[in-house]
Amino acid sequence: MSEVVKARHSAEPGDASENRKGREIVKAYRIMLAARVLEEKLAALYRAGKIKGGVFLGRGQEALSVSVGIHLRKGDIFAPLIRDQAGRMAFGDTILDTLRTYLGSSLGSMRGRDGNIHRGRPREGYYAMISHLGAMIPTVAGGLLARRLRGESGMVGATCLGDGGTSTGAFHEGLNAAAVEELPLVVAVANNQYAYSTPNSRQFACADLVDRAIGYGVAGHKVDGTDLAACLDVVGGAIAAARAGGGPQLIVADLLRLVGHGEHDDARYIDPELRRKNIGRDCLAVAGAFVIERGWATAEELAAWRDEVDTEVDDTANRVMREPEPDPAEEDWCAISTRSIEDNFA
Amino acid sequence: MSITYLDAIREAQAKALADDPRVFIYGQDVGNFGGAFKATENLAKKFPGRVLDSPLSEDAIVGIAIGAAIEGARPIVEMQFADFSTVGFNQVVNQAATLYYRTGVPCPIVVRLPSGGTAGGGPFHSQSMEALYAHYPGLVVLTPATVEDAYSMLLGAVAIEDPVIFCEHKLLYYHLKAAGLPAEATPIGKARIARPGRDATIVTYSAMLHESLAAAEEIAADGFEIEVVDLRSVKPLDTDTILASVARTGRLLCVGEAFPWGGVCSEVIARVTAEGFGLLDAAPQRLNAKDTPVPYHPALWGTHRPTASAVAAAARQLLEV
Repeated sequence: MSEVVKARHSAEPGDASENRKGREIVKAYRIMLAARVLEEKLAALYRAGKIKGGVFLGRGQEALSVSVGIHLRKGDIFAPLIRDQAGRMAFGDTILDTLRTYLGSSLGSMRGRDGNIHRGRPREGYYAMISHLGAMIPTVAGGLLARRLRGESGMVGATCLGDGGTSTGAFHEGLNAAAVEELPLVVAVANNQYAYSTPNSRQFACADLVDRAIGYGVAGHKVDGTDLAACLDVVGGAIAAARAGGGPQLIVADLLRLVGHGEHDDARYIDPELRRKNIGRDCLAVAGAFVIERGWATAEELAAWRDEVDTEVDDTANRVMREPEPDPAEEDWCAISTRSIEDNFA
Repeated sequence: MSITYLDAIREAQAKALADDPRVFIYGQDVGNFGGAFKATENLAKKFPGRVLDSPLSEDAIVGIAIGAAIEGARPIVEMQFADFSTVGFNQVVNQAATLYYRTGVPCPIVVRLPSGGTAGGGPFHSQSMEALYAHYPGLVVLTPATVEDAYSMLLGAVAIEDPVIFCEHKLLYYHLKAAGLPAEATPIGKARIARPGRDATIVTYSAMLHESLAAAEEIAADGFEIEVVDLRSVKPLDTDTILASVARTGRLLCVGEAFPWGGVCSEVIARVTAEGFGLLDAAPQRLNAKDTPVPYHPALWGTHRPTASAVAAAARQLLEV
């Protein structure tokens, strides 16, 4: 049942296929670009002391992340992790809600109760991660199980994590339980070479994380995380396989985190050799060059798209900074929904 | 016909499954085997596809329940022993308990914890976890002491929109019997006066109710009338009923099977001291298990946990003050 699927190639020949691929890549590129521009703004706001709490960026991971979000549909479940701004936007998250959450606006989806990447709208299938790595794997599996018990089919649940997250008990328990239930779960691992400062050599001893797929009895997929076209192809294939009843899919993308763990971290521990290798390429720059080379857009168009999103991000940030903060006097300090049984002493 | 505490738990789950298509049960050995204690016996057969065996993975069991709840299901999960819920602790306290406050989406899961000591159970099959879970905002923690409460409170737990930690006591499973099951629901969060009295109040819950009632009976022979309050729910904690009882008696002893440091007994005493200091004729007392792991040998275990005679001794001391 388990297999390691190398890169797939479309069987559709000719211009139609090329055009479809071009449109998909351009769409994904523009989402990556928007995520990148938004994250650059977040970094600037952080340095200016405007952000409440930390900032955790996905620079270098956009190609993988967007490939997950873009292949999910309405009705699917997505539980992104900390470096998934691109995937979040592909799934429908907005510049507005991202800024509201980071800037602590009371109008954001988390209302100041949680911040930065811990945002979501669970009722819309967009789960809000907790910080404990691996925890969202069984959670997404449970969402899928409930849907199946209700008689639904054709849905997919996807979640992302990094190389460090694969060392948790929750990763093991969740992926194993999902495999036992043959759930349409896709786990995308961004092997960005470091978990905070800890390199792969201190994180796991297997030759490649994708080899774990065999142990769990799930399909494994390996992809170059710096190559957008490859990511779209492989992740799209994995999501389609899960949707078609192929059970859980484990994707491992090799890439390099091009920023610190958070904006507080200068990442001096990253081996400079890695930056010079293929793995250290900036997936956004690579994708942009590819789009131009294939003639799907011009350099001028790429620059115009960046300007466009730059303006939107700046305008939105200015608007959000005028929005009210949560008011502790107005806050509903109750952690349960059943008011009648709230503890009467606290 | 008589029905046991364990039967009541099984019957409540059967009724929940029959009444509400959103309910399903997930846990280790709960399917065809019927559970380690047979709390789900025959349910897999009666409700095909809705009583599912899980792998030996407490984190995944709770995580799956949370995801299912987000999607509108009402999962009941069984931890084989309360002690093993520590492996799923992260999902309970960090995900289930925070979900409503963070996102506005409630998390209606029920986590059944076969709790408390039995002879020979030892350090890892005997624990009482209620204080640990009650510490976290966002959880409801129920500790039924009677057959009737086990039944109606479990139904109540499934009905409410919030995560419920349902602490059912293993010592009561087989020997505690009632004539039948109640038709009326037990209101969650309301303590009850299990035995009225005027000389001192014992506040207790779960299996310690029965030790406390036996102690009250023993002391009645000396002419003292002990009022025994059964908390039923430790979170929410019915502070009003406790204070009203202390107002009648002026003396408070709180009895729990959990470890002594912090916990339900210390919370009860803290509230009574803060809110009802003037009602007290003597310093409030508490009696818990000893501050060691729960020992395996019945001779040691019988002293580690509060027993009727230990409760009676503590109550006598309180009455003499």
